[in-house]
Amino acid sequence: MWFLCVFYHRLLDFRKPEVEALAELFGEEIAENESLQWRLPEHHHNDTPFHFVQLSSEEIARNIAKRSILVKGMYELWGEGTCYEELKDSILSYPDSRKLPFLTSDSTFRISVETFGRGLTFEEQKDRIQSLTYIPFEGRVNLKNPDHNFFLMEMIESEENNGLQPILQRRIFFGREVGFADRKLLPTFQLKSRTYLGPTAMDAEMAFLMANQAKATSGKLVYDPFVGTGSILVSAAQFGAMTMGADIDIRVVRDGRGPDCNVWSNFKQYGLPMPVALLRMDNNLPPWRSGLKEIFDAIICDPPYGVRAGGRKSGGRKILRGTVDPYTVPDDKRTDHIPSTGAYSLVECVHDLLHLAARMLVMKGRLVFFFPVLRDETGGEVKFPEHPCFKLVAVSEQILSSRYSRVLLTMVKVEPYSEEIKEAARLMHLEFRENHLKWLEDGNIHSSVFKPIDSSQIHTDPKAFKDPKPKYRGKYV
Amino acid sequence: MRLITHNMLSCNIKGVTNGFPLRIEAGNVIEKEVDFNPDFIRHMFAKLEWKALVEGARSMGYAELPEDSPDAAVLESDESFLKKLHHALLELHLEEGALVCPKTGRKFPVNKGIPNMLLHEDEV
Repeated sequence: MWFLCVFYHRLLDFRKPEVEALAELFGEEIAENESLQWRLPEHHHNDTPFHFVQLSSEEIARNIAKRSILVKGMYELWGEGTCYEELKDSILSYPDSRKLPFLTSDSTFRISVETFGRGLTFEEQKDRIQSLTYIPFEGRVNLKNPDHNFFLMEMIESEENNGLQPILQRRIFFGREVGFADRKLLPTFQLKSRTYLGPTAMDAEMAFLMANQAKATSGKLVYDPFVGTGSILVSAAQFGAMTMGADIDIRVVRDGRGPDCNVWSNFKQYGLPMPVALLRMDNNLPPWRSGLKEIFDAIICDPPYGVRAGGRKSGGRKILRGTVDPYTVPDDKRTDHIPSTGAYSLVECVHDLLHLAARMLVMKGRLVFFFPVLRDETGGEVKFPEHPCFKLVAVSEQILSSRYSRVLLTMVKVEPYSEEIKEAARLMHLEFRENHLKWLEDGNIHSSVFKPIDSSQIHTDPKAFKDPKPKYRGKYV
Repeated sequence: MRLITHNMLSCNIKGVTNGFPLRIEAGNVIEKEVDFNPDFIRHMFAKLEWKALVEGARSMGYAELPEDSPDAAVLESDESFLKKLHHALLELHLEEGALVCPKTGRKFPVNKGIPNMLLHEDEV
């Protein structure tokens, strides 16, 4: 069955992958290497909030809309057109067998008018509703809590575009609401009111998106190897998953900012079950027992890119470089000794993450993580880290500044881990590292993000200096 | 730290090959109630090292688990067994104490429920 899926107009790259992941979670049968079928309304550009998607049942559509962050609603389309006459013809030709059951005299209904592009006065809204008298509504109107909710959605072309490409032409849709979003979720979990925050706490909207990409749900075990303040695990726990996290920095994980301001308090704030475990460990030298494998259903994380928080691993700076031999801590100082840590590059960090995921994820388990990319002027193709155990199923870009963005990668484990695969992965990693260092100036993201603008450009013509990438709102937000 | 975590950890000091299971030195053990989710417990059962679990539970003061790992059939039929397993895995907490490597005797401290598995510079 085709449904009209109306999205919130933000984070454009994230919209469809979220629906695809949730469809799979709620039981939609999708064949290997296939995805959901999507269709655009006539004359609409891919960035439009309106998309048609094929799903096998209303129940799946309802469940997706309820849990999704970016879907505003799912509708069964009764008619569409570029003007009200076309709309009338379209609705009249829609089969009665699909309409009459929802128009019965013992039911209640409401018609809402929504416009995109311009507001309508109350009078104008009333006129539009009155124009639908050819539909035989027999039930009573109930504005608060109707059995059936009908939506008349009209796109009105507007002169100002805010630099947006024209994504829609005037089009009118009329449909029956099948599913709608939970609007209380984000206001409840917003970071503004979170008990314990850190500089890199994931914002609530994005954390929920990541949890949806990972298909977190009751009975599953979700792991975050860079847990920090636990912001990602909170969202996974809200969707019912059991959570577990680790971090190399013990102060963040164990102490927080006090007995009432730590990772546990974040979970307590929302009445969520506490994480199953929090550990202090180094992902570069993990303490897993050798037989352990295929234990996590999903790994969701935000590895340190080196811009606002750098990664660390065991071994002091001088030891890793070989300047100094590893020293032995005298016995009396051992208990409180905090081992020194050295720089841990993004590439090495991601390699360890892929290795951990390859071994510890169950088959078909998902690895969801952010990877930073420089927004290249030359527009060369960006290469993402790969691993023979994984299939990349979604790539969603979130622009952070004119210089760089981060991409949410969703990978599914399709091959079991073995020693042969470990070797193949190591070679893939070496190749990736070489290419990565080539296009990354100075070999690290931090300097590329914070380097000053080339002063010669400013002197010649300040007005002519333009951001090489067009400022397209959709992907920024 | 719960027993489910203890069942996953080993000593990874350079040169140590079989650092599992870590011996539990229980300083302060408390019991915290956790909602019972039978699907989760069944799912985890397949990944456990049973002997290590039984011994670990004993060190924390819980001796109700059977010595030998039961058949999978027991999981489906016997809810009281699942509840015991749930209690052992998720409701027993080591707040303060240490995990001791069976080979070298090196202690990994557990403070405020969080085990510190970081190695010192000469163990890497």
